[in-house]
Amino acid sequence: MSLSWARLLCICSGALALIACGRTPQPVHFFADGRPPKLSDWQVVYADGGKLALNKGVIPYDLNTPLFSDYAHKLRTVWMPGGTAAKYVADESFDFPVGTIITKTFYYPLPQGAARDAKSVARTYDQSRDFAHDGGGAEALNLANVHLIETRVLVRRAKGWEAFPYVWNASQTEAELARTGDALALELVSDDGAREAFTYVVPNENQCAGCHVVDLKTKAIAPIGAKARHLNRDYDYSTGSENQLVHWTKLGILTGAPDAANAPRNANWRDPQQPVDTRARAYLDVNCGHCHNAKGPANTTALDLTAFAESDRHVGVCKPPVAAGRGTGDHIFDIVPGKPADSILPYRMQSNEEGVMMPEQGRSTTHREGVHLIEQWISAMSGACNSLS
Amino acid sequence: MSRVTIIVLCVLAAGCGKEQAVQGLSADDVAFQKTLQEKFLDAKPGTVIEIPAGKHALDRVLTLRANGVTIRGAGSDKSILSFKNEISGPEGMLVYASDFTIEHLAIEDSKGDGLKINDGENITIRDVRVEWTGGPKTTNGAYGIYPVKSKNVLIEDSASIGASDAGIYVGQSQNVIVRRNRAEKNVAGIEIENTIGADVYENTATGNTGGILVFNMPNLPQPGQSTRVYNNKSYENNLANFAAKGAAVASVPAGSGVVINSNPKVEVFDNDIADNKTANLIISSYFSTNYYNTKGVDANYNPYPRAIFVYGNRFKGGGDSPDGLDLKTLKTAMFGINGHFPDVLWDGYVDSKTLVNGLPPAAERICVQNGDSEVLNADGPNKFKNPKVDKSYFQCDLPKLAAIELPHS
Repeated sequence: MSLSWARLLCICSGALALIACGRTPQPVHFFADGRPPKLSDWQVVYADGGKLALNKGVIPYDLNTPLFSDYAHKLRTVWMPGGTAAKYVADESFDFPVGTIITKTFYYPLPQGAARDAKSVARTYDQSRDFAHDGGGAEALNLANVHLIETRVLVRRAKGWEAFPYVWNASQTEAELARTGDALALELVSDDGAREAFTYVVPNENQCAGCHVVDLKTKAIAPIGAKARHLNRDYDYSTGSENQLVHWTKLGILTGAPDAANAPRNANWRDPQQPVDTRARAYLDVNCGHCHNAKGPANTTALDLTAFAESDRHVGVCKPPVAAGRGTGDHIFDIVPGKPADSILPYRMQSNEEGVMMPEQGRSTTHREGVHLIEQWISAMSGACNSLS
Repeated sequence: MSRVTIIVLCVLAAGCGKEQAVQGLSADDVAFQKTLQEKFLDAKPGTVIEIPAGKHALDRVLTLRANGVTIRGAGSDKSILSFKNEISGPEGMLVYASDFTIEHLAIEDSKGDGLKINDGENITIRDVRVEWTGGPKTTNGAYGIYPVKSKNVLIEDSASIGASDAGIYVGQSQNVIVRRNRAEKNVAGIEIENTIGADVYENTATGNTGGILVFNMPNLPQPGQSTRVYNNKSYENNLANFAAKGAAVASVPAGSGVVINSNPKVEVFDNDIADNKTANLIISSYFSTNYYNTKGVDANYNPYPRAIFVYGNRFKGGGDSPDGLDLKTLKTAMFGINGHFPDVLWDGYVDSKTLVNGLPPAAERICVQNGDSEVLNADGPNKFKNPKVDKSYFQCDLPKLAAIELPHS
């Protein structure tokens, strides 16, 4: 790969403030092949002047219900080469043009009132301190308030999508390629000061594919969040709040989308105004459906947890497990209606033990609120699994 | 500023990357793991990844996604990959690839399955040992050697020890040979599940809860059929069942030599099956597992074992101390405290819709032509009320199954 001297200067700029690197960044750089060693090589997001800033043309987005990743907050962005656009697809990932770069930065707010250290991060859903609001909107992170962990880059090349994990350095100035992943000792700090130590695991490149290969036959990597049902919601842009599908269409980076009202929409799993059933199914869809679908790596189990699965044995109601091994926790059905404590699904969700826990990767801690939602969902189901023998 | 200065500054800046050791591994192991992970990431058709002799500690699953790769150690007692400190897995090795060979190495103490191969074609597993070194424990990984949804699979001269479900577990696959392997101290030694076309021969299964199993599970796209189990030794599989309740094999009684459950077209011949305390051979239906229920099981699932042909086996001992209250009571009532079940135990479930004059169609019968061997029909459907020992009901023939041929062996 060829890096200009100017770009080299910029790469060094964060760590070496003595080199003045202007506030006007280089344009976003799509690398058609190779593995850029530093996140800033892409010029999509970069640490600059106390902010994690987005380059021109880089659009932030959020999901109705996100994947749980050890309580990390996430800043997602998409960029497409000028003059290109994604084609709308109703139920799968949009059809993005070659050159598309998607990033997802995993970070935590610092604990309230605590000094910054290498390990302490907040366990909170509060995003109010995350953003640098100088321009209005949620379009840059305030590095005074957050701890950057990693940025994953998903890039659409001519031969398909490729995934690269980058890990942020201690001085929060640059993220470096970590092909073989990483493991970081962190501590979640609750508002009441309670601490939970855990190992934050950055996936290696093949583990990225563990979630992003949603079709075992094609083995192709694909985005997970960039689907209509996840994106169909408002975002707080610097220009004001707007539905993301509408915004992308106005920008010319999405074609063929129907009115937002006619596009699929998953529930926000945290919205108490919405029915438990739709919230639970949205949660399972994004946390489990990339493996537990008819074509995915967990199709060996006959358990389908996508938004499209029928609400019967396909989502686990009275279904005996196929290959759960000790993951059953001594329970004999995936879901026993009305009885979350007798059901395998919440048992595997609350576990942090390798070989028992689900999802198998992407977390080291229990998502308490997620487990609670699934328990509520199962509690509300009626009926029983009467054995016939 | 000169170019040299810039490069030096950049190198200094790059030094900020965090390398926090979290737990367990020595610096040498960390370096070994990083190099090995990179080899797995960079592998392409034709790549041979050598695992040097020695015990190598890893804390993360080795995942392979490239076709045409060979992983080769110096011997299953010499090149050892230990996952005792695993933090990200749960498998030891996870393979999504075809034309894959793995040979001459050991995988120990993974938190989940030892070696899982999902959706591959032309798979060779040779002289691979998967072992949980702390002996049989419920907290051991589920499966030792686990090809699933794969086609043309050869597993030979390998071993699985201590799996909390099945040691060698071939699931939902097609065209499979499992030969000359050793399975010990697992719940199920060797299990062929929802697989079409498997030859299982010259294996030794001992010290497991059940020796060799041929099962069909419900709700899966592929019902299995056509398995030949021959020339194996399955003896003293009397280990107390240590699977978690609800696991597929949790219903297998300790002391089972060979078990056929809900699977059609199974031929069991020329085996040495001895001293398995529940029964040397069990033929049963999914109804006997207690997992059957109309809500959770696909209505199209056929839970009956059928077209089962048993002949020429050398049975010895066994059946003298069955596992579970129902079977214990049954044995004592029928054969006395010092007696034993006959060589073959059948739970007695038949699909009554298919019966003609009280017998299943000729092509679907259970045929036992094994010298003096008798069969106990336990009358499971009526809670063991009218069990009977029989021989004549099982006097029949079935066409013999074809041998499996693999394109790559």
